[in-house]
Amino acid sequence: MIALTTDPIDVQDVINKASSEEAGAVVVFVGTVRNMTNNKEVVKLDFESYDKMAISELEKIVKQAKEQWPVRNVAVVHRTGELGISDIAVVVAVSSPHRKEAFAACKFVIDTLKQTVPIWKKEYFKDDEVWVSAYP
Amino acid sequence: MKLKLMLFGITKEIIGQTEFEYKVSETVDVSGLKQALKADYPELSRIASLAIAVNGVYAKDDESLQENDEIVLIPPVSGG
Repeated sequence: MIALTTDPIDVQDVINKASSEEAGAVVVFVGTVRNMTNNKEVVKLDFESYDKMAISELEKIVKQAKEQWPVRNVAVVHRTGELGISDIAVVVAVSSPHRKEAFAACKFVIDTLKQTVPIWKKEYFKDDEVWVSAYP
Repeated sequence: MKLKLMLFGITKEIIGQTEFEYKVSETVDVSGLKQALKADYPELSRIASLAIAVNGVYAKDDESLQENDEIVLIPPVSGG
């Protein structure tokens, strides 16, 4: 399952979608909104996405993960819109017969998502707002 | 020819729109488009990166562009 949503993410549902009878392990990454960046208090985040390409780039990443590790199912859900502190922005769940591959593949998916998927977050502070990573 | 450009993230603020028509030469390629945009909007040269997606796929600099392409400016991504 690969999806974008503006609703709160149901983590158990993502785990269920990643599960497999052949799996001995399901590794789940949950990305949450942190309350502080560079010692400044974060008020909220706003995520936007180029939807169709975000989905197709996620599909490429999942395909690469399945080619590199013997994983069974991979489920990725990313939320967009306004998120508050501790809200869940993204969930990546990977199942495989053994945990070593599941950990490695899960890390690969979230690391690569952060490099290639056309989703952008704006961080809002009390007196400032910043597109994350926009400037060197 | 006129290209329809879609903007996301900081590029929306730099150019001041979410979508706009941009006039370019008939034979422009991706690198030519980037050069022209940076000349018109110098702030685009200061952001960490600017990629171009054509019809939903990251485009190489030497790719040529047609009038009906869906072209999107991709500033540094920050999902996850």
